[in-house]
Amino acid sequence: MSTSSTVLDSSFDDVTRTDASLRRFLHGLPGVDQVGAEARAAGLGTRSIKTSAKAYALDLAIRMVDLTTLEGQDTPGKVRALASKAMRPDPADPTCPQVAAVCVYPDMVPVARETLGDSGVHIAAVATAFPSGRAAMDIKLADTKDAVDAGAHEIDMVIDRGAFLAGHYLQVFEEIAQVREACRREKGESAHLKVIFETGELQTYDNVRRASWLAMMAGAHFIKTSTGKVQPAATLPVTLVMLEAVRDFREQTGTMIGVKPAGGIRTSKDAIKYLVMVNEVAGPDWLDPDWFRFGASTLLNDLLMQRTKMTTGRYSGPDYFTLD
Amino acid sequence: MSRIDVRKTYKLYVGGAFPRSESGHSYEVFDSKGKFVANAALASRKDARDAVIAARKAFPGWSARTAYNRAQIVYRIAEVMEDRRPQFVQAVVQSEGLSASKAEKVVDEAIDRLVWYAGWADKITQVIGNANPVAGPFFNLSTPEPTGVVAVLAPQESSLLGLIGVVAPAIVTGNTVVVVSSCDRPLPAVTFSEVLATSDVPGGVVNILTGSAATVGPWLASHMDVNALDLTGIAGDSALATDLEVAAADNLKRVRRAPAAEPDWTLDPGLDAMTAFLETKTVWHPIGV
Repeated sequence: MSTSSTVLDSSFDDVTRTDASLRRFLHGLPGVDQVGAEARAAGLGTRSIKTSAKAYALDLAIRMVDLTTLEGQDTPGKVRALASKAMRPDPADPTCPQVAAVCVYPDMVPVARETLGDSGVHIAAVATAFPSGRAAMDIKLADTKDAVDAGAHEIDMVIDRGAFLAGHYLQVFEEIAQVREACRREKGESAHLKVIFETGELQTYDNVRRASWLAMMAGAHFIKTSTGKVQPAATLPVTLVMLEAVRDFREQTGTMIGVKPAGGIRTSKDAIKYLVMVNEVAGPDWLDPDWFRFGASTLLNDLLMQRTKMTTGRYSGPDYFTLD
Repeated sequence: MSRIDVRKTYKLYVGGAFPRSESGHSYEVFDSKGKFVANAALASRKDARDAVIAARKAFPGWSARTAYNRAQIVYRIAEVMEDRRPQFVQAVVQSEGLSASKAEKVVDEAIDRLVWYAGWADKITQVIGNANPVAGPFFNLSTPEPTGVVAVLAPQESSLLGLIGVVAPAIVTGNTVVVVSSCDRPLPAVTFSEVLATSDVPGGVVNILTGSAATVGPWLASHMDVNALDLTGIAGDSALATDLEVAAADNLKRVRRAPAAEPDWTLDPGLDAMTAFLETKTVWHPIGV
């Protein structure tokens, strides 16, 4: 089967033609220096961000949040509450920006859409048999189409980690390319595709780098660390490797790809560490909700508490923000 | 050959662990005659913030324990203190400049006070709770409940007995506390934190910050996640006390006001220290239906 039609940049055509050529390319990528990556991530985490820079970072981080609820117990009421919070995270403060998107299961997209209307908050839906990705291809595609038809602006798909770890790279590539096709709407529009690697299951940083390139070549708009259902979820070094990949990909092809760490980011301090890393590794172009997102739920409350601390000068408490 | 001094730099006690101050600062502690004793961590506003988070996290578990169990644990603190009696005596001698025999008496009294408060855990409800008479077919019952996270500014003079006198009544009733110890005499509080860490008290129930009440106090007083404030430690400083009371008013904290002078801790403490941080819950329950 030819996949070249789905690849945006034709310079990878010969790479993605066969399993062997794809493997040769991915295994030919330079290996990640594990100790070096961890040391650099830890080093960047020590930067001190204060006063006006901190205020800017907090607002930016709020604007980058994909407010997420992905539980079996999600009710329409829960999703409505979450969507309301996404539009107006701090009802007491009209200057507080809204978040980037809400992230829900596909069947909840209509509910979210009803509440969000044309507020500008996007709807992201997880698809392709999230979180395990263990389903037949036609089911994954139907899952995706369902969400797109229901009005999702963004699709968060999971890769088949089993196939990836078994070395069936072309299979993973085709899946991503086909899901990308399924994201198309009429009138030439397309839902944005985020590809989740579940880095906690990929074992090595080398694999994270390979998965990043694989997804970018297959046409992903965003690469995302984790589902949030597997520990460890997003970590600084993993995100560092992915940020390096998007930076190198843009240098090579001119195409810019977004990055989304998800899961395990709970405090403002953590979020700011990520922003520092984005700036230092990928560059300031990525300091934008269109190119960097946080998949999180509890993080937002901590950002709001810190924001309140900045504006009122006193520490706030969880009693003053909604539970979610 | 003479032995090299082991010079100590003590740390804070937050959430059951012993972190350094987030600021990295420490200060010199001198004994009553001005001789250097040790370094203590100088708590900053961020340590106060961390301590409040730890105390808030510990509150549901601690307040949900049975009163009987809280009594056992507070009694256990007394047991462990008894084991460390010489260390406490030395700390009190250094800090307060008492003679060894007087210091021993203070330590005994502190331990006895803990045992006394331990006994109150499962009795306070019977004394200040009530079955209220009402003109209708109802049971009407009032029971005391813990207020929540209490920020305690501990006495400056009485570094051990006074400390017990403000911490024990708050925790025995089910609150969790963030304590700012005596500034110039922090070492008995440091030793007390080592006792707490080894005596079945869940991490976060008592958090001890060494440093200045005037520096850390305002952050605790204005903190929206602190439910009550004990100003005993700034006795006599009415200007600061007023400032803290004003800051505390923002989220209607329960405030135990600063006395004009530090009380005599050897007297019978009465129930006030316990009732100050209890809320009364009244329940109406229909009967005969």
